[in-house]
Amino acid sequence: MPHLRAPYIATAAASGALFGAGLYVSQMVDAQKVLRFLDVSAIPSGGWDPSLAFVIVPAILVMFLAVQWSKRRQAPLFDSVFHQPEYDKVDMRLIGGAVLFGMGWGMAGICPGPAIALMAFGPENLAIFIITMLIGSYSGSMLIPSGHARRLADAR
Amino acid sequence: MESFSPLPAAIGGSLIGLAAAVLWLGNGRIAGISGIFGQLLPPAQTVVWRVVFLLALVGAAFGTARLFPAIGMGGDVPASLVEAPAAWSIPTPAWLAVAGLLTGLGTKIGNGCTSGHGVCGIARLSRRSFVAVGVFFGVAMLTVFVTGVV
Repeated sequence: MPHLRAPYIATAAASGALFGAGLYVSQMVDAQKVLRFLDVSAIPSGGWDPSLAFVIVPAILVMFLAVQWSKRRQAPLFDSVFHQPEYDKVDMRLIGGAVLFGMGWGMAGICPGPAIALMAFGPENLAIFIITMLIGSYSGSMLIPSGHARRLADAR
Repeated sequence: MESFSPLPAAIGGSLIGLAAAVLWLGNGRIAGISGIFGQLLPPAQTVVWRVVFLLALVGAAFGTARLFPAIGMGGDVPASLVEAPAAWSIPTPAWLAVAGLLTGLGTKIGNGCTSGHGVCGIARLSRRSFVAVGVFFGVAMLTVFVTGVV
């Protein structure tokens, strides 16, 4: 059980802390700011806020370097295997799920990371969003029993 | 464009990328928040690190806001989420409940959100993630346009 050793837990804590700091510094915890990015109809009038692109591109670049580096290693530091998603087929579940998530994100301007980070500030109605998100996620796992195993079986 | 903030965005984005890098190189795990959050309930197996990760995330957001009020949001913490658009005559809590359900269901079925697909998946050059990101960004933009939530 590597998952209960101190370095493993400390790594999870360090990663979570960096993530939370990044979400606050980048202002992605501000739903209005995220919506001003998604509101592309404001481009002609100059009211569009492209900040979100300036968040996600450096994030991808840093992670890309880490992924390249990890390819030269057999295993991560504190576990025996990189938990690489094995399933690589583009299917209707992927697309349908992305459509539903896109609708939710466009309605509220918060995705799961900012929703959790906002617990630090307790804005009104946040609990409603988090609880319904958990219910939605749980319902999804009922619809697709043991998601990963079943999808892998489908792939064969 | 008065709200455009490229420097805090890039610094914050780099921190998020570093968070994903640390979890990948240290524990071999994808820093996808919907996955980490969505697997807290049974039949979850590895709950401890997920809870620690999420608590650290909340704690760091709180701490950063207090310790460095001059960066990021300038010490202003978000006091509210969005309001339901008036034209829809739906109470805001109901609006957010629908959005939360769609977010939870969609990220579970589609296996990821802005962090899992958007940051980690694209960085891994995953075909699934490129498709998912294209779809959820497109649909989110369309949803903002149709609902008039901004």
